[in-house]
Amino acid sequence: MKKIPAQRLIILAVVFLIIASTLPLYAQAYLLGLLTVAYYFGVFSMSWDLLFGYAGEVNFGPTFLMGLGAYTAGILNNQFSLAIPWCIVLGSLAAVIGGLVLALPALRLKGPYFGLTTLVAVLLLQNVIIFMSDLTGGEIGLTVPDVIAINEVSNYYIALGVLSVSGFVLYTLANSRLGLILEAIGQNPVEASALGFNVTKHKLSAFVVSAFFSGVAGAFLVFYFGSASVGTLIEVSVGVQIIIAAVLGGRRTILGAVLGSIFMIAATEALRPLGTLSTFVVSLAALFVIMMAPGGLLALLLSKREEESAP
Amino acid sequence: MIIWQILLDGFAVSALYALGATGFTLIFGVSGVLNLSHGALMVTAAVIAWAAGANWGMDSLSASGVGVLACLLASWATYFVIVRPLQKSKAIAREEQEIFILTGTLLWGILIQELLSYFYTANAKSVNPIFEGVSLIQGVRVPSNEVFTALVCWVSIGLLWLLVNRTTLGKVLLAASMNARGVTLLGFDLSWIYLVVWSIYGVLAGVAGVCLGMFLGVSSYSSGPLMASAFTIVVLGGLGSISGSLIAAYAVGYLETLTAYLISPAYRTIPSLVLLVVVMYVRPQGILGRRSA
Repeated sequence: MKKIPAQRLIILAVVFLIIASTLPLYAQAYLLGLLTVAYYFGVFSMSWDLLFGYAGEVNFGPTFLMGLGAYTAGILNNQFSLAIPWCIVLGSLAAVIGGLVLALPALRLKGPYFGLTTLVAVLLLQNVIIFMSDLTGGEIGLTVPDVIAINEVSNYYIALGVLSVSGFVLYTLANSRLGLILEAIGQNPVEASALGFNVTKHKLSAFVVSAFFSGVAGAFLVFYFGSASVGTLIEVSVGVQIIIAAVLGGRRTILGAVLGSIFMIAATEALRPLGTLSTFVVSLAALFVIMMAPGGLLALLLSKREEESAP
Repeated sequence: MIIWQILLDGFAVSALYALGATGFTLIFGVSGVLNLSHGALMVTAAVIAWAAGANWGMDSLSASGVGVLACLLASWATYFVIVRPLQKSKAIAREEQEIFILTGTLLWGILIQELLSYFYTANAKSVNPIFEGVSLIQGVRVPSNEVFTALVCWVSIGLLWLLVNRTTLGKVLLAASMNARGVTLLGFDLSWIYLVVWSIYGVLAGVAGVCLGMFLGVSSYSSGPLMASAFTIVVLGGLGSISGSLIAAYAVGYLETLTAYLISPAYRTIPSLVLLVVVMYVRPQGILGRRSA
């Protein structure tokens, strides 16, 4: 695989942050609203990339973790009128517990078997939500009385803040000792444990970190939307979007996932006039990138020109 | 009488599940590909068969044939446009090939689904049954169509069994599933074998799709759930094992039918999902799985 120079990645991240933080000065509220959602989804994709790109776990159920965070926060606010910060803390705690539950099969199962278990986790969560409609609002969804901010610009900055902090922490972790060990475990768990690394401990920590950020972003998203529903947060197709965004942006880069999410949400929105064909065009574009440039958008932008010399 | 009702309905549904899952497991067993556009391919067969009957005025038998043909073509397209280029790509590392094939076929399935709903709307459609009317079995009124579906599914599975176990071609396929490199050393062209497998798969998925369209009806948005149920059955039975898939299809089919009749149709999928989780914990390779998990 082509290596993306870390220097260029950091420059791109700084450029992105400068553009993103000055955007409210000249962009319309409509665009800001769109990006707010894209930023939260960026956090979901980044968390997914930590599990897949580094630990090598194909998680088909990113919505299981974010859904747990979102619904826990939403229910606490709706039923018990808990203040928003507490809801977010407890929501992310619920996601972490969910991450530990999901990690148990991951310690025993591999590849497609683990992938299917995560898919089932989503389907079961979906059924439970519909089943417990008194608490969750069932198929109609849940509305929360409180929102973080009414102002579009404040919402945008909050999302950008969540994105930047999560991105920084996830990127640092992925490029630290932990990330390296996870990568080794993902490629060959037997050899990694022979080298003396505790596979169980490292896998569990990857799941906990991934779940934590998914849960935080999920909880924030509920208070941005003012509602939570199975169709927008849980369904398998939502999870598929998150996975496509991560692969499209460039897996094993963490930051590529943000690019992928912005592309997915912006493209879906821009192609809305096409009506039912818009999903077709977005999927076609994503398929094209995956087939032609497997390194993703980030590699297209940043990898060195002299590709042949790369090992 | 409800016992007979459950037994008969469950039998037909399970037969359909079994046929839907065998093709999927065959592709995985021989070429190691998990084709996530499986649901979309089945829906293609059903929707084209419906269109052939409703829009082009064909009788139900030839319309079904057209549906199966469409699925065969779509299966070839899946192989040549998506799977083969990804397998040959030099830019993708070996250990990452799996996720690329998963993502690629998934997107391909979405493309098919969206195209179908663009041309033929996303409304539910049912293919005209080849046999109409009702038969009486053990005092239960059963649509002839349901009997026919179960029959077609079992005949197809039987033919597949004969093909795999009783012909040279089948032996080559079996050998390829055990050791692909060994087969090439014996002078068989692997890409030719893959083409044969994808053709068999296309026909199986096509027949399953058309039967599904006659028996339960489909819309272009059924492809996701269809995919999920085939995946569940195949993993439950053990990836790559056809007889495992048959057992799992019956377990899932009867569990769903029992739940739907005795508890509520709204919860029909829950017990089989729980069963799957339990099997995954107790026996991760599935009922008859042979590849180590």
